[in-house]
Amino acid sequence: MMHLRKMVDIVLAALREIFDESAYRRFLERRQAVSSRKAYAEFMREHELLRARRPRCC
Amino acid sequence: MPKPLRIVMWIGVALLGALAVATIALRRGEQINAMWLVVAAFCSFALGYRFYSKFISAKVLALDEQRATPAERLENGRDFVPTNKWVVFGHHFAAIAGPGPLVGPVLAAQFGYLPGTLWVLAGAVFGGCVQDFVILLFSIRRDGKSMTEMAREEIGRVGGFVAYLAVISIIIILLGATALIVVNALKSSPWGTFTIAMTIPIALIMGLYLRRLRPGKVLETSILGFVLVMLAIWGGQWASQTASVARVFTLTAPTLAILIILYGFAASALPVWLLLAPRDYLSTFVKLGTIALLALGIVALRPTLHMPALTRFVDGTGPVFAGSIFPFAFITIACGAISGFHSLIASGTTPKLIRRESEARMVGYGAMLAESTVAIMAMIAACVLQPGTYFAINSPAGVVGQAPEVAAATITAWGFPVTAAEMHSLAQAVGEQTLFNRTGGAPAFAVGMAHIFSNSLGGQAVMALWYHFAIMFEALFILTILDAGTRVGRFMVQDALGHIWKPLGRTSWYPSIVATSALVVAAWGFFLWQGVKDPVGGINSLWPLFGISNQLLATVALCVATTIITKMGKARYALVTLLPLGWLVSVTFTAAWQKIFDPHSRIGFLAHARNLAASAPTHEASRLIFNDRLDAVVTGFLLIMVVLILLESTLECARVLSGRKQPGVKETPFVASRFAMEEQG
Repeated sequence: MMHLRKMVDIVLAALREIFDESAYRRFLERRQAVSSRKAYAEFMREHELLRARRPRCC
Repeated sequence: MPKPLRIVMWIGVALLGALAVATIALRRGEQINAMWLVVAAFCSFALGYRFYSKFISAKVLALDEQRATPAERLENGRDFVPTNKWVVFGHHFAAIAGPGPLVGPVLAAQFGYLPGTLWVLAGAVFGGCVQDFVILLFSIRRDGKSMTEMAREEIGRVGGFVAYLAVISIIIILLGATALIVVNALKSSPWGTFTIAMTIPIALIMGLYLRRLRPGKVLETSILGFVLVMLAIWGGQWASQTASVARVFTLTAPTLAILIILYGFAASALPVWLLLAPRDYLSTFVKLGTIALLALGIVALRPTLHMPALTRFVDGTGPVFAGSIFPFAFITIACGAISGFHSLIASGTTPKLIRRESEARMVGYGAMLAESTVAIMAMIAACVLQPGTYFAINSPAGVVGQAPEVAAATITAWGFPVTAAEMHSLAQAVGEQTLFNRTGGAPAFAVGMAHIFSNSLGGQAVMALWYHFAIMFEALFILTILDAGTRVGRFMVQDALGHIWKPLGRTSWYPSIVATSALVVAAWGFFLWQGVKDPVGGINSLWPLFGISNQLLATVALCVATTIITKMGKARYALVTLLPLGWLVSVTFTAAWQKIFDPHSRIGFLAHARNLAASAPTHEASRLIFNDRLDAVVTGFLLIMVVLILLESTLECARVLSGRKQPGVKETPFVASRFAMEEQG
């Protein structure tokens, strides 16, 4: 049961990383801000430039 | 586990793998179960990972647990972030897995299931995984530098310049070829076109939800988007059956091509993040879910492969694409066996996330094995179809004839029985007007996937829904690649032009954004338009061109890797990268030579141009002649570039081996890992 829970946690963590939820959390920590429309808009501005330069494979 | 038991277990895996490979290789004249392919892949990949990657880790790369990675040393919470290895694995897999491992094996199935399967198994274990792993590790040891930067530093200025040109060329050819797959999948398909059109308002709803209602809750928003997309697929059936709506969404290939070109330009030049970012998340969500679902479907159904191990088309006369098994099977399947494009990702985001050097093995080698598993699943999806059906879908009208009866008679005469009535029933079952001449691989994959899904979930009644789900999945994903690829290409062009005139390099200067976006879109749009107007379907010329450029990029990556290994003073282990490099050089150079100079007009660009020149001169013929000659020039240009990097790399290695240059690489100096010290207490 413990193993299963650990596995689910890892899958969820991977999904949060893939879907940039973790990046947003780190952004909030770095800025010592709380989640809000304004904070997310700022995160998107900062993050989109990074995302746009990432190649995606065929 | 005690050592003797481990030894017995691995002997068992090896024996089971040998049995599975023997079964798929030696059975002739009888159908086999798809599970043999799954078992062969599982055993080969397990052995490759356990023994070969461990050998590379220990002897060639000497992974150092004590050495801090850039994620640890340069941690900034933005791009350098020490991350759990499984999370990095998922992130890396999501970035490398695209439509390539799905489309390539489907096209290569024209040779039978055997050549493509063996190439995926061997190519991945000895080629693709090795490339991804070593490039990832070398990038980690250089602060996450890109492949082109490593080529410039370790091989020379020419190497760096060639790597840059190879990357930009492959991006453009890739975008043109994949856009053509979408056009071929959606032409005359109101259901498919409606579903894809609906993803635009869905993405906008997702964008608003994400920004206004639930900031940062991307997973939750993606689930919402997925539900809406499923509703759009269901609504597509209504759209296709309502005459007035169906008329609007029944589009010809040229119209679709123009729309896609405009979309690509808008995505790159206009600030449309509200649309693009949610679409990107949605496509990733659908992709990961579909791959998992397909794996479950195959295991649950355990389907029989109807395609023979080898078909008569190993001689090069295949209708899907012309050319013999060597070299064309090996450039048709690039992603899934070895893909140069992966080297860009392995030297992009991933090296900045790895926490410990030892984790590069699982992420670099392991994620590529996962992608190869996807390629095996695609091969199964194509081969569960009756061969007659497979060839009816994938053969262009220019080869088998326009009329259904004529096409069916031609394919039946090849020894793969199919009737126009059967194809009509199948088209009705999946909600299409026709399935003849749907080249590009995506429709055949969608029919195969719908067959597997409908037999394991929901029955024949929902086959049309599964088919359009598969089409939506591929089209959505390719469109995401198109907008992301156009922007990456635009940034690369801006970076280069910035050296000539500084304002052109400014990513915020609008004239530069518009000009460079137009340049990149015009480049891939040209290839797309050429494919759309090609009377034999376009895939015959574009997919090999894409395969050649992708494998040539892998050649560049393996040149960089071999040079670094030699300069590390480990020339005795250079065979690890020299072996796949030698194979790729022989494959790509033969393929490129044949595509340019082969006397058969279905293979050689120049022979095709000569044939057209000998016929009555028309505007159409002049255009096709120009396209052929341009394709020949592009192929020749890529070849010359790779010859240059091969020469420079060989000279650099020779200087080191002859003692004229001291061995030594430009790695970041050793810094002890805090993580390692914490673990040791």
